[in-house]
Amino acid sequence: MAERTQPVTALTALAGWGAIALLLTVSLGSLLAVWINTDISAGFDPADFRIIRFTVTQAFFSALISVVLSVPVARALARHDFKGRQFFITFLGASFILPVIVAVFGILAIWGRSGLFSSILTTTGQQPLNIYGMTGIILAHVFFNLPLATRLVLQGWLSVPTEHFRLCAQLGMTAKDVIKHIERPILHATLPSAFLTIFLLCITSFAVALTLGGGPRATTVELAIYQALRFDFDLPKAALFATFQFMLCTGIALIALPLTKPTTFSIGLDRPAKRWDRVSKFQKYRDLCLLILTGLFLFLPLSAIMLKGIQHLSKLPASVITASINSIIISLTSATICIGLALIISSLIVRLTQRNPRIAHLIEGISFLSLVASPFVIGTGLFIMIFPFVSPFKLALPITALVNAVMALPFAIRIILPAMQRAETNYGRLADNLGMSQWARFQLAIWPRLKPSAGFAMGLAAALSMGDLGVIALFAAPDSATLPLTMYRLMASYQTDAASAVALMLITISLGLFWIFDQGGRIESRIR
Amino acid sequence: MSLAFDNLVLRHEGFRLTANFVLEPNRKYAILGPSGCGKSTLLSAIAGFMDIDQGRILFDGQDITKTPPAQRPISLLFQDHNLFPHMSVLNNVAIGRKPDLKLDKADIDAIKQALDRVGLANQVDKFPSELSGGQQQRVAIARALLRDKPLMLLDEPFAALGPALKHEMLDIVAQIVDANNTCLILVTHDPEDALYISDETIFIADGIAGSPVNTKSLFGNPPNALQNYLGTKKAG
Repeated sequence: MAERTQPVTALTALAGWGAIALLLTVSLGSLLAVWINTDISAGFDPADFRIIRFTVTQAFFSALISVVLSVPVARALARHDFKGRQFFITFLGASFILPVIVAVFGILAIWGRSGLFSSILTTTGQQPLNIYGMTGIILAHVFFNLPLATRLVLQGWLSVPTEHFRLCAQLGMTAKDVIKHIERPILHATLPSAFLTIFLLCITSFAVALTLGGGPRATTVELAIYQALRFDFDLPKAALFATFQFMLCTGIALIALPLTKPTTFSIGLDRPAKRWDRVSKFQKYRDLCLLILTGLFLFLPLSAIMLKGIQHLSKLPASVITASINSIIISLTSATICIGLALIISSLIVRLTQRNPRIAHLIEGISFLSLVASPFVIGTGLFIMIFPFVSPFKLALPITALVNAVMALPFAIRIILPAMQRAETNYGRLADNLGMSQWARFQLAIWPRLKPSAGFAMGLAAALSMGDLGVIALFAAPDSATLPLTMYRLMASYQTDAASAVALMLITISLGLFWIFDQGGRIESRIR
Repeated sequence: MSLAFDNLVLRHEGFRLTANFVLEPNRKYAILGPSGCGKSTLLSAIAGFMDIDQGRILFDGQDITKTPPAQRPISLLFQDHNLFPHMSVLNNVAIGRKPDLKLDKADIDAIKQALDRVGLANQVDKFPSELSGGQQQRVAIARALLRDKPLMLLDEPFAALGPALKHEMLDIVAQIVDANNTCLILVTHDPEDALYISDETIFIADGIAGSPVNTKSLFGNPPNALQNYLGTKKAG
């Protein structure tokens, strides 16, 4: 193969390695900083083991239930074409960018002590539901991850070439044969990675545990880290838990990564493939019921928030204005950093793939580090690192933005990298052949192909940061609260009406930001 | 064993194709035309993968317009994805005989015989990814052979192969078709293929699938539309 006409400029390479260095400092360096500042004599006590056991148990059941339920739902979506199918699938995607605290609020409005079901139960003279603890945490995790699992499985289903369904029809396969030859292999390919991905997400989940768990019997590792730092300022314990979580999650990720295929989170999953194996009336009604129940499970909490929020809009506290501005600034900064890092790292990976695939894989792995790191430990580590130079509390907002950017990075890279690789394989050589300069090459050949994915990723990062209730809970001074934190404080002080108004505002801004960036990326990109 | 198109009209995403002729048994037909003219659509209609809004398709005088794909007297080869990647060569052929893969000794013997006829007797346990493109299509041919249906439809299955390999595959197909008294319908955009294997050619132009014409005489004295397609028409 001929040498590339354009040498890789030193500047772009430098930017790439700089980004990796930043990533390593933030994710591993911060953990190291916490370790150095603690004496390592401490170990786990029995109460800690209970926390670990609880964390793993809830994550296991959350992932199991999500994955098991996702199979029939995905099959129903793969099998039938109906009005509103596309909306349903988009809706499944939307739950991913829903602020966790808002979703929890909605879930409580349906399943909580004074929620819809409890009020039905109490009118019939029964006890109201109590979902705090394991049940509530699993319920909330299923609410978030059933849609994710369904989309992952559905993707597998839709990746089956039409020819295969035609072949089955031609060969006169029965429904049982189709299951054996097509559906079982799909599930084989998608379920293990879906399970492990969700297991991982549930291990590190914080806001759900904070709002629906707590106490000695329902504390997760991430919540324990938060409590150790916030209330006891127990650095050794936090570092110990963080290291444990880090190793556990890395272990899971190492198993999951080779199983995971590049995921497109993009909105438009195709129409179902036409099939010729007959679907019986019974199956049709069963699938319909299933989709309606799933729809209600996801939709009821959201509509409860909407209704309550509109009703109590007048009770919005004055503090929301500052909080909104803080949140929007953090969100935009964090999304910009995140996409910048994702673009720089992706192009480094793309370039290295040709020369040194091993290192390219390694870098891809590093970019996923934040999935296994604790944002609190990252935050604390950063605080310790900058403490000698400047008062960290002044930097609460910038640090939150940076941590959020790093936390959203794995998703952004998952979205941008495949698009960049496609653009590079399809048009990179043509651009080289035309002798385009480095910048012209990116601007003219690669970026137009990348823009829709970049816009989508940026919307995702902005929405995730907007709704995030993480590091900010640890460090915020009273005047530097964000919108999710304001909402949490209102919930914690039982000001439910005001909280519902804030929830409505939060969800509107989150989805609005996502929509603006996603649409922005599609402008002028209607060329096929 | 004749296949008749009785005033057939196919509509698909804004285009329209009509066909009105009869195909005779034991003959090899080519369907020729530029890409996008509806060649594959016609094939889909024959195989039962398309809803037909006007006209009928008759097999031996029997209306098969609404017959489900599996009950049609047809074996079909696509250009791609003829094999399941997660199945061995043996099983990929076997699903042509027993879709549930519950095979007995006689089945396995028959499968091995079919694979032997396409020259893959020693590749039985391999997986599609371990085979070349030509070998993969031969597995699909073996399956068609095993099914022994009166009609064999090929949708440009060798378009991705080089000339020598393509001729080799067409030879194998011709051999099988002749030996089993099968009627062959080959969809292609390449006039070479039509000349190489077919007795008669159906040329598609302007939304009309023309009646089959003897291939040699068609190319010996091509009508205007075919001249345009071949690019042999002289200016002026």
